[in-house]
Amino acid sequence: MSIDRRHWLRAAGASALGLAGCNKISEAPPVVNFLSSAEGLNRRVQRLLLWRKSLAREFAESDISKDFRANGSINPSDADYRAHVESGFETWRLVIDGLVDRPQALSLADLKALPSRTQITRHDCVEGWSSIAKWTGPRLATVLALAGLKPSAKYIVFHCFDSLDPGAVEGQKRYYESIDLVDAFHPQTILAHAMNGAPLGIPHGAPLRLRAERHLGYKQAKYIMRIEATDRLDHIGAGKGGFWEDRGYEWYAGI
Amino acid sequence: MTDTAPPPTPARKTKMLVRRHSLAVRITHWVNVVSLTLMLLSGLNIFNAHPSLYWGAKATFSHPWLDMSGAQVGGRWQGTTTLAGAKFDTTGVLGASKVGADYQARAFPVWATLPSQTYLSIARRWHLFFAWVFGINGFIYLASGLIGGHLKRDLAPTWADLKPRNMLHEIVEHARLRFPKGEEARRYNVLQKGAYLSVALILLPLMVLTGMTMSPGLDAAFPWLLDLFGGRQSARSIHFITASLVVAFIVVHLIMVVVSGLWNNIRSMITGRYAIEVEEAAS
Repeated sequence: MSIDRRHWLRAAGASALGLAGCNKISEAPPVVNFLSSAEGLNRRVQRLLLWRKSLAREFAESDISKDFRANGSINPSDADYRAHVESGFETWRLVIDGLVDRPQALSLADLKALPSRTQITRHDCVEGWSSIAKWTGPRLATVLALAGLKPSAKYIVFHCFDSLDPGAVEGQKRYYESIDLVDAFHPQTILAHAMNGAPLGIPHGAPLRLRAERHLGYKQAKYIMRIEATDRLDHIGAGKGGFWEDRGYEWYAGI
Repeated sequence: MTDTAPPPTPARKTKMLVRRHSLAVRITHWVNVVSLTLMLLSGLNIFNAHPSLYWGAKATFSHPWLDMSGAQVGGRWQGTTTLAGAKFDTTGVLGASKVGADYQARAFPVWATLPSQTYLSIARRWHLFFAWVFGINGFIYLASGLIGGHLKRDLAPTWADLKPRNMLHEIVEHARLRFPKGEEARRYNVLQKGAYLSVALILLPLMVLTGMTMSPGLDAAFPWLLDLFGGRQSARSIHFITASLVVAFIVVHLIMVVVSGLWNNIRSMITGRYAIEVEEAAS
């Protein structure tokens, strides 16, 4: 069910398929790089069209999906994560560091004590399906205000517990995502600790996940352990700003 | 026999080249051929990532109105297409088909997708790049068609076109593959006008708008898109249906191009010149 997991296995069989000629063109890095130039255009045009604060649609309680699908990691096996599950996330702390004035380590109770926002929104998977749920948590802007962003900060990076690609080289196994400050300070960008009125379950990213509602599902990082403010993305993972971005998907996930 | 008049000379038929397609129409037509082809193929690869369609805002996973899935039944691959609850065995084409020597579960087969293998990220790169080519090209076509009069002069049906007798006559003639000759061949008949206009003004704009509705960013910018199509999953369904209708149009269009004079038609869309037969009076 996960997006493109098959493509990791793809390379070995590719030339045996008798389609090698066609795929040589359609998948060739220079071709794909050229096609990828459309991403910058999409990002700029959407940013022009989107008011900074224009909201994603919010739905009614009756619209909530009873079959909200969990995708990507649904039960991380990483030892540090399992330990937190065992202790009910008692010792889990959300670390906020990088280009901030006051690095933080917030407990779940600290986060729940902050003013929170509840929103019923649509989650759009890059595969094509959508599900609707109610999310509750503090705005990311509120949490970042505690830490105080330095003026040089340009991106907010979400480091996650789950090794979605355990076979990758060290530093590229675990999930991560990033957004820029326009999205970080958007009113609907929250750190959700509850889904449909109950504590966030493990399949959906316990104890904390991102909701950046004007983006596709893979932006909505689950199992967050650390939030890093940074001015560049090239030193994290494979340098493209996210787990799926490192594997060919667009960093600008508004389309 | 004596004193008879010379036999009448039969009227001679000669070919005359008329200017049929403007430069703007020819260029936008071929750009459209390339971009639509690549978008259809990459679109099917994207569809393969979740080969189920729903109505409304959200997916109802257990009740898709269209679904293509593959499974091994007793060691043998079987592809099943479910349409409005009715199941069809579509093994080999839809649901399960061969990739190289072996069967795989995949909605559309390798020959219908770009890239040929399941590769969502690259299919999206193709699709979202050529969406710009297609959109800008379509805008140029419609703008030049409005300003230059192509839409009104050549495509808008006249009152005479729309008379039931004329419509019936042209449908019958078309079905018999009898195409207009001489002066009549200079203009499109009412079926052509209807087909071209509905593709240019309804189907393709619907494809653009339903495509935009699938973007969560554009939904925030233009929430009316969601109301127009009844939700994101409805928009995805309509996107698929309109794409299917575009394919149906292309199939009929290509057949008509072949049976009504392949080379003449192709020449007219490249050089702009179209040959019609005119009767010359005896000299």
